[in-house]
Order: sequence, then structure tokens, then C-alpha cells
Amino acid sequence: MARLTNRRIRWWRGAVGLIAGLYFLVPLACSVLFTVDVPGQGFTLSSYTGILSASGFTSSLLLTLELAAATIVLVLGLLVPALLAARLGAPRLRPLLEVVCSLPLVVPSVALVAGYSGVLRWGPQYLSRTPLFQTFVAVQNASFPVVLVLAYTVMSLPLAYRALDAGLRAVDVRTLMEAARSCGASPVRAVFQAVLPNLRGALMNASFLTLALVLGEYTVGALLGFRPFAVWIVGIGGSQAQLSVAVSVLSLLLTWALLLVFAAAGRSRTRIPRRARAKAAPALVPQESAS
Amino acid sequence: MTNVATSADTGVLRGQAPELPRGRAIRSRLGGGLAVAPLLLFMAMAFGLPAIAIGTGAFTTSADAPGGVHWTLSNMTTSVHGAYLTALWGSVKLSALSALLATVLGLPLAQAVVTSNSRALRDAVMSASGVLANFGGVPLAFAFVATLGNAGVLTAHLGLAAKGWSLYSFWGLVVVYLYFLLPLMVLTIAPALEGLRAGWREAARNNGATTWQYWLHVALPVLAPSLLGGYVLLFGSAFAAYATAAAMVGSSVPLLTSQIADALSGNVLVGQGNVALALSIDMVVVAGAVMAVYVPLQRRSARWLA
Repeated sequence: MARLTNRRIRWWRGAVGLIAGLYFLVPLACSVLFTVDVPGQGFTLSSYTGILSASGFTSSLLLTLELAAATIVLVLGLLVPALLAARLGAPRLRPLLEVVCSLPLVVPSVALVAGYSGVLRWGPQYLSRTPLFQTFVAVQNASFPVVLVLAYTVMSLPLAYRALDAGLRAVDVRTLMEAARSCGASPVRAVFQAVLPNLRGALMNASFLTLALVLGEYTVGALLGFRPFAVWIVGIGGSQAQLSVAVSVLSLLLTWALLLVFAAAGRSRTRIPRRARAKAAPALVPQESAS
Repeated sequence: MTNVATSADTGVLRGQAPELPRGRAIRSRLGGGLAVAPLLLFMAMAFGLPAIAIGTGAFTTSADAPGGVHWTLSNMTTSVHGAYLTALWGSVKLSALSALLATVLGLPLAQAVVTSNSRALRDAVMSASGVLANFGGVPLAFAFVATLGNAGVLTAHLGLAAKGWSLYSFWGLVVVYLYFLLPLMVLTIAPALEGLRAGWREAARNNGATTWQYWLHVALPVLAPSLLGGYVLLFGSAFAAYATAAAMVGSSVPLLTSQIADALSGNVLVGQGNVALALSIDMVVVAGAVMAVYVPLQRRSARWLA
């Protein structure tokens, strides 16, 4: 009886896996086929070799990577001190932080961008004679639009907050801090040499989620009139279908590879117990992010 | 005597003790405040200001409207009438249906992944789910255009166009949305499935329950808050999605997000510029309702995972 049930379960599990595998792999396989089998030309790799020379590819990719780096620095710079302080000295701030960091979930990115364009319109409308106007011009500089960094930071706060919070929950920060202090370390040294190395996995996880969000972000960039990577892909999609699909496939695979690298980097020094990792997994759940 | 000594000692301690903690408490509270302040300031500026812009803009006329800027409810009224109402309904229908499908199909998939014997397979599927659920958007749209679009590989080889298939339709969008909603469901429900104890299944079997009865009377009731919470989360995620639909179908399927984008790009009647902000309020209301349902359910389901 038990063996019969086991066999039935194995059969059932295989069927589910097969169907899901087909659904998830067929579009990827077809995309690859679509890019190498061009009608009228037969088998060709030209859509992949043509990527680097396509106009706008390098500039938009570089812009997106710069934006991603700035966003990661800003997100971690704002969140890590606040979360550590809430753990160490001011536990009453924790509910406040949770609410503040979850607020962006209530405002979908399309609504957020509507708000941003509203604020940006205040510049010419009301402030054109004040020094503040120069700030409005500067944040919209097309070569490095600071306004996008601000929007991306707001959008990735909920994700990064959950990733860091899950990491902090698995580590006893207070004891670590006290141990380091009683060994004679200054508070700053204790944070940098005892606490942060133990949060490596969580920091990596938060950085990856932010990176993935910025790499795939389309809505804010497109509607504010900038040209980050995703907007560029849509732009060339109309004229060079093969090229845009090739870039899409590559960027999906690249993100996956990055995730594995980040996960390995976070795991190599501190082995997170399975239980804690299972709890940390929901941090990967986005709200609406890039889609 | 000893009593006196003790009380004197504590008296001394009482005299000194508050001194040190109070100084440290003030310093650490100050430090805590200083560490939290940049985050709060940033949010006030980068989130508060846009929120104020939405809130005031939605209830005032646009600058180019006849009669200048004044308070009004007409933007809000416009935002739930005519084409905008159709778009709102279209968004709700698409999100509700694709979230339902993703919930129903995601549960067996997550169960298959969670109970799999291979650790490597489980890790690979979970990390792939993280990528697909987060990254979605534009690359996803192009992958499906290449597969099932008008010139797509499957469309051409299976002759789907002749059978009336079109990717650029309501059902086309449902198929595409499942591609990021299913992984999201797997990520959301997997911890709850891991929380199902083997003992419950054994107890049910010892009492003579079949697999069906076990699922119907034991597992599903325990999972219900997680499933419902997951459904609501997926609904919100699908409702807020814009990039996929924009890159794929343009505006051939009316959705609230594309209406907002259109209105923001100046694609509205003169004087109706602020309708975009009123539509944003509609979205915020729906997203707020989603979170109001999701958070309590999440708390409730967390009880079983402890």
C-alpha cells in the first residue's frame, strides 16, 4: 500500500514538474530559436554579435548600471544604520520603521511616477525664480538622472527592508555588539568588524533585489522620459525584433547568473542554518517591482 | 542588621544606578534618532512630496483648465466613468482571473518542489522563481512575442493564428502574467507548505483518511490564510503591472495602468491633465485594500510556521 502511494506520488510529482517545466522553458527556447533562425537568412548568430554595436546599447546599459550602483549605496546607507539602531538602542522605532518601509507597497510604480511628474511640474510653475529651480533642473540631468535614483530607492525599500530584517532576525546583534565592545572595540569598529560581516548574506540579498529591480525597471524611466536599459529594449523592439529578443534572453540569463553569484558570495563565509534561510526566502517576494 | 546593610547597599546603588543608564539611554536614544533620521527625511522628500502632489493634484483643476486652478471633484468623477471605468474593470478582471489561476496551479507546483528529494533542484527552482517573479517586465514580454506573437515560433509551427489565437488579447495577457505570477505564488506558499507537519498526515491516515480527505479537511484549512494572502498579493502584483502589457500589447487591451501612462504623456483632453493623478488615487485605494487584507492574513498564517 505504502509503496503504491509512493509510486503514485512520484508519478504525480513528475507530471506536475513536466508541465511546469514545459511552460517555463518553452518560451525561453523559442526565444533563442527566434533569434538564431531568421526567416530568409537561415541559421545566423548576427543578432547576438550585433548587440554590442547597436546604437544606444552601451550608453543605456552603463546608465542603468550606474543608477543601480547609486541606488544600492543609497538603500543600504539609509537602511542599515536605521535598522541597527532600532535593534540596539531604540526598539520603539521598529514599528515605525516597518510602516515607513512598507508604505511604498501601497503606491504602485505607475502612481508613484504620476506623483513625481506632479512634483517636477512644480519647478517651472512656482519656483522658477528661486534657487530651488536649479535643483529641479539638476535632478533631471539626462546623463545621470538623480530623480530616477530617488524613485528606485523608494521602490526597493520594502524589498531591501524585508531582506535585511530577515537577516537581522537570524543574528543576535546585541550580543555580538557587546562581545566586540568588551574585547575593547570602538562602536564603529564593532559594527564594521563584528556585526556587518555576520549580515553578509542579508546585505547581498538586499543588494541583489535592488539590482534586479533597477535592471528591469521600465515604468518610471519611460514615463519620465529617460532611456535606461529596459526602455532602450522596447525602443529597438519595433525595428529590430530579433535583436530585442536576443537582449531580453541575455539579460534574463545574466540576472539569474548574478543571483547565483550574490547567493554564493553571501553564503561563503557564514553558513546560514536551513531554518533561517527558509524564513529569509519570502524576502525574495516582490510586490510589483519590474512587471 | 543584615537587612539594614542590604537596604543601605541598594540605597547606594539606587543613588548611582540611574545615573549611568540614564546617560547611556539618552545617548543611545540620541544615536538611534540620528541613525533613523536620514531614512525618515529621505522618505518625507522622495515619497511624501509625490504623495502630496497626487493628493492635491487629484482634487484641483489642471493649470491649463478654463478658470484657472481651483478645488474640484470632477477629476475623481471622470476617473470612474466612461473609458476609464472600462479600463479599471479590465484591470480588475485580468488581475482577479490570472491571480486565481496562478493560485490554483501554483499550489501543486509548490508542493512538488517542496517535497522533492533533490536539494539542488529545489534551490534552483526557488532562485529561478526569485528571478522570474522580480525581473518579469520587458524581457518577459519579448520572450512571449517571440514564442506566441504574430510571427512567433509556436504560432508559425502550430498554425495557431488560423485557430483564432492572438497574444495581443485578454487571454494572451493572462498566459503571460502567469509566467511571473506562478513563481511568485511558489515563493509565497512554499514556507507554509514546509510548515505542514508529517505527523498530521500520518494521524489522518491512521484514522483512515484518504489523501483527498487529508487535503480537504486538514491541509487546505491550515493553508487557507496563506493561500488567500498569496492570492491577494498576486492580485496586487498583477494589478500594478505595467511594463509587460505596455511592451506587448500597447493599449489594445484597456488597463488602468496604461490609461495613467497615456494621461501622463499628455494624451488627454485640454484641462484634464490631472485625471492621471485621480486615476493614481484609484490605484492607491485598490493597492491599500490589498495590503489591508494581506497583512493580517500573513500574520495569521505565520502562526502555523512557528
